[in-house]
Formats: sequence, structure tokens, C-alpha cells
Amino acid sequence: MNPQDHDSEAILLKVEDLHVRRGGVSVLDIPALLVFQGQVLILIGPNGAGKSTLLLTLAGLLKPSRGRFLFRGRAVALDVFDYRRRIAMVFQEPLLFDATVFDNVAAGLRIRGAGQSEIGRTIPGHLDRFGIGHLAKRSARKLSGGEAQRTSLARAFVTKPEIIFLDEPFSGLDPPTREALTGDLEAILRETRTTAVLSTHDQTEALRLADRMAVMNRGAIVQIGPVAEVMNHPADGFVASFVGVETVLPGRVLAISDGMFVAAVEGGEIQAVGHVRTGEAVLCCIRPEHVTLSTNASLSKSSARNVFPGTIRKITPLGLFYRVSLDCGFDLAAYVTRQSIEGLSLEEGKAVTASFKATSVHVISRQTPPPH
Amino acid sequence: MDLILEGIQKAFYLIFTLDREVLGITLLSLQISGTATLISLLIGISVGTAVALARFPGRQFVVSLINTGMGLPPVVVGLFVTIFLWRNGPLGFLEILYTPTAIILAQAVIATPIVTGITLAAIQHLPANLRLQILALGATRVQMVWLLVKEARLPLLAAVMAGFGGIISEVGASIMVGGNIKGYSRVLTTATVMETGRGNFDVAIALSIILMLLAFAVNAILTQIQQRERPR
Repeated sequence: MNPQDHDSEAILLKVEDLHVRRGGVSVLDIPALLVFQGQVLILIGPNGAGKSTLLLTLAGLLKPSRGRFLFRGRAVALDVFDYRRRIAMVFQEPLLFDATVFDNVAAGLRIRGAGQSEIGRTIPGHLDRFGIGHLAKRSARKLSGGEAQRTSLARAFVTKPEIIFLDEPFSGLDPPTREALTGDLEAILRETRTTAVLSTHDQTEALRLADRMAVMNRGAIVQIGPVAEVMNHPADGFVASFVGVETVLPGRVLAISDGMFVAAVEGGEIQAVGHVRTGEAVLCCIRPEHVTLSTNASLSKSSARNVFPGTIRKITPLGLFYRVSLDCGFDLAAYVTRQSIEGLSLEEGKAVTASFKATSVHVISRQTPPPH
Repeated sequence: MDLILEGIQKAFYLIFTLDREVLGITLLSLQISGTATLISLLIGISVGTAVALARFPGRQFVVSLINTGMGLPPVVVGLFVTIFLWRNGPLGFLEILYTPTAIILAQAVIATPIVTGITLAAIQHLPANLRLQILALGATRVQMVWLLVKEARLPLLAAVMAGFGGIISEVGASIMVGGNIKGYSRVLTTATVMETGRGNFDVAIALSIILMLLAFAVNAILTQIQQRERPR
């Protein structure tokens, strides 16, 4: 769904002309940003892209140089505690108090002046929801990383925030714990329909949680939209490389025919689909999961338009699958399963054939400025 | 050696017979140093927290001043408090020189930078984002400061120990501004100096032992609290 498809009632937070400067240098420049009710917006980008600065500003914890904010259609000053009592924030570090898990989870309610009876009624359910009910009386200093972050999440959700900001909440955790916590967070976000803005480096986490994704670089949002759109149609080379399109080949359009075109890239020619002009400079982006490897014997079965003989340079295990780096006259990356590695007897130095469909090539016109 | 043993014997005799003069001196010492510590805690925790959280031009200079103040020589404090409280001094109209109040004032001046410096370090030592996390939980500024101070309570107990320990055992300022007047402004340290000067070593040793026991008892209680709360 495009942002434009939402009516104004679905917009929870609207930001206009947001600027943050530090030491005279602009560190955040967001002309416009919409956060929709009940949706999860993922911020993704390299270190220093401005993700944390944007989250802190949206959470009312960092005063912007300028900017206009509408929360539920009403102008708000973000740095006032009235607004902060409607939101919650979870940081990368759990930042727990030197108290029991129960008291940590109850902190937000106590700050709001909740009585003992309300706290007694509310907290146990949240402790259980996050799988820390058995730790209620334990000191927060004696928790593992995963338990501490669960406590931090429970503390954030217990106040029933209208929007929750999460700044790389699982980046300090080991993969199994991260996986479990992502699942729990996903479940509670869907269950409570809580609006969330979450920053992460982890694409799996992003894909699992996101309704919309914003790719940030150098204090700006380079591309924002539904996840599939950003992943499959990156706006420029930066977004392409950041969202996992490992092969980005600069080229020039040689010929156009029946909606398809041929682009010359270094070391070969690629057939693709797109609206381009002859002679136009383009970036041909190929996702590794769209590349198929085969031996010459099986090649005849392929219907792919792009077929390149190549040599395996390196095979890197990536948990459930393998990344195969190929030399096809240009560098090409492919993801294959363990079964494929064994079935095709793939090994470094072996000659193989790589193929991918013309429709799998995402084309970026190099003259087109990135959309905001 | 006999002198020391006699002194120890005398000390226990004075303690267990609840010698009226020694008891009076001990209670006055506790009262003065306890009050001065409380004053220094009120000022020191407030100023230390404010400096730790604030960002202003010249902050580094202020921090250097506080750290220098932590080693303020008691005799220098005694000298300046005396000048201020002297009949013709800026605070002469208070007419409190050579009174227990003057000793409280001088001891508070000595202890306040110690408490301020330790508070400053304790608050700065907290995780940088904790302040933001507390605000994100919906806290007002006052609630945020209170929660930070509460979070730094263990190092702040060290501030209490350092502050009280520093002033219960100081003599220079107490003798200069208190005058060591018998039954009025005589405290354990000034009495010890006087008895040593008179050659009454047994009484001086007795007073020293009481002073050390007092300092130990207070610190033992605070240490007990600190260690009980310390995360394992």
C-alpha cells in the first residue's frame, strides 16, 4: 500500500521540514515523514545514517533545530512530557534500574502515579506475556541480555503507548535470542496493533516486522515505502546495495525491443525489462536469490534470458544457505542451498553456468534522482 | 608500651563507666559532624547532580574547582571561616564564632566538595542514555533527577562515608572556629589535641580510641547497607 493510499485519519504522526543540527552541522534533514496508525515502520541504514537521531527526535528526547509535528492531526511540541507519556522507547541497551524485574516493569506506571492495586493487577500479565513472569523478584542486575531486553520491552508496553520507538533493540543479542525476541515483538505488535518505528541493521528482522521501510543515509530518507517495493525496486545504487542486492552492475542501454532491452555491462550483456532509452546509463541490480546455478548438462532446461558461464571464486556458508561468488566476466553473487552445493558438487574453482530472468533484473536509471 | 596499654585501659574505663565529660564530648562530636554531613549532602548531591547533567560554558572549570575542593585543607577552611565570622567580618553579625554552630559551618564547608565530587562522578558514571530512557518513561525533570540519584545510591553512600569520615576526624578547623571550650565546643579531636599537649597521654589515647570506634561504627553501618544492595 502506498502512503498516498491512506486517508488522513490513519496518519498517527506527521513530520514536516525536520532538521537537526549538531555543532553547526546538519545531521538530519527530513522534508516529510508519515507514520501510519497500527503499522510498523522500519528504519534501515548504515551507522551514522541518522536512524537514532530521528528516533530520539520523534520520541521528544532531542530538540530539533526546526520541524513541524502533528500527532493525531494536532500540532504538538515533542519535548513536553505530556507527549512523552503517550509514547514509549526501547534502546539497544536495556537500561534497567537497579531494582527487581517487577519494579522495572512497573516504573512507567509509578511515574504516572499509578496505585499499588493497579500495578498489582497490570504487571503480572505483562511479565508473563514477555516470558519473564518467573523472574519477577530477581534483581535486574542478574539477568541475561535476552531477559534484560524482555524486561525493557515489557516496561515499554505496560503503559499502553500510542506509538513505540525501538532503537536497534536486539542488536546486542545472540542470534537465537534475537530470533525469539523478534518473534515475540512481532506477535505483540500485531496483537495490540501498536504503531512502531524501529531501527535495525538486520534485514531478516526488518522483513519480519515491517509494514513499511525507510532506507536512511547521511541524515536523509533515501527511499520509503512498502517493504516489497523497497526490496524489489530500490531507488538507487545505495539502497540496492543496502537492502541486499549484492550485484549492482553499471551499464548502458544498447538496444530496445518489445519492452525488453539489452544493456552492455563490463564483461557482458544483460537482458532486462524496463522503461529506458537507448544509450541511457543504468544500474542493473540482481538479487542473489534470483540467480540460479547449474552445470552445463542441465542448462537446456533453463528459460532464463541471461545465461553466463563462470567460475566459482568463493563459497561462504551463511547459516541456512550458502553465498557463491562467481566470476562471469563481471562479479555475480548467488544464494544456494546445501542440497545444491552437494547435488551439483559445487566447489571453488569449478566452472558453472549462472542464469537469471530478464524480469529479475531491477533497473535504476542513473540520471534519475532518488525519490523521497 | 605501658603508656599505650594504660591508655587503652583508661579508654575502656571511660567508655564503660560512661564518663560524663567524655560522653558529652562524644555526643557533641556526633551531633556536629552528623549535622555538617547532612548539610553537605543536601548541597553536595544537588550541586553534583546539577553539574553532572548540565552542559554550560566553563563546566570543565567548575568540575576542576569541585575536584580541587575535595582536598581542601581544614586549616585553610578554619582560617577563612574564622575571618568571615570574626566580629568585623562579613558574617560577624551572626555572632557564632567559637560556638558548635561555627564548627558545623566549617565542617560543612570541608565535606560539601567531597560529597559534590563523588555525586558528580556517580551520576556521570550512569549509562548515558538512562536519562533519556527515564524521560521516555514519561518522567518530569524532577522525577528524572530523583530516579538518577536513586540509581546512584550506592556510590552516594560512599560520599556519605567520605564526607563524615573527613570531618569527624579533622581538628584544624574545629579548634580554630570552635575554640575548644570545655562543655560547649569541645569535640573529640580538639580534646585529644589538648590532652596530648598537657601530657595526659592516657586520656588522649582513650579519646582517640573512642574517635576511631565512632568512625568505624558509622562506616560499618553504611558499608553494611552498601554491600547488601550491591549486585552480585
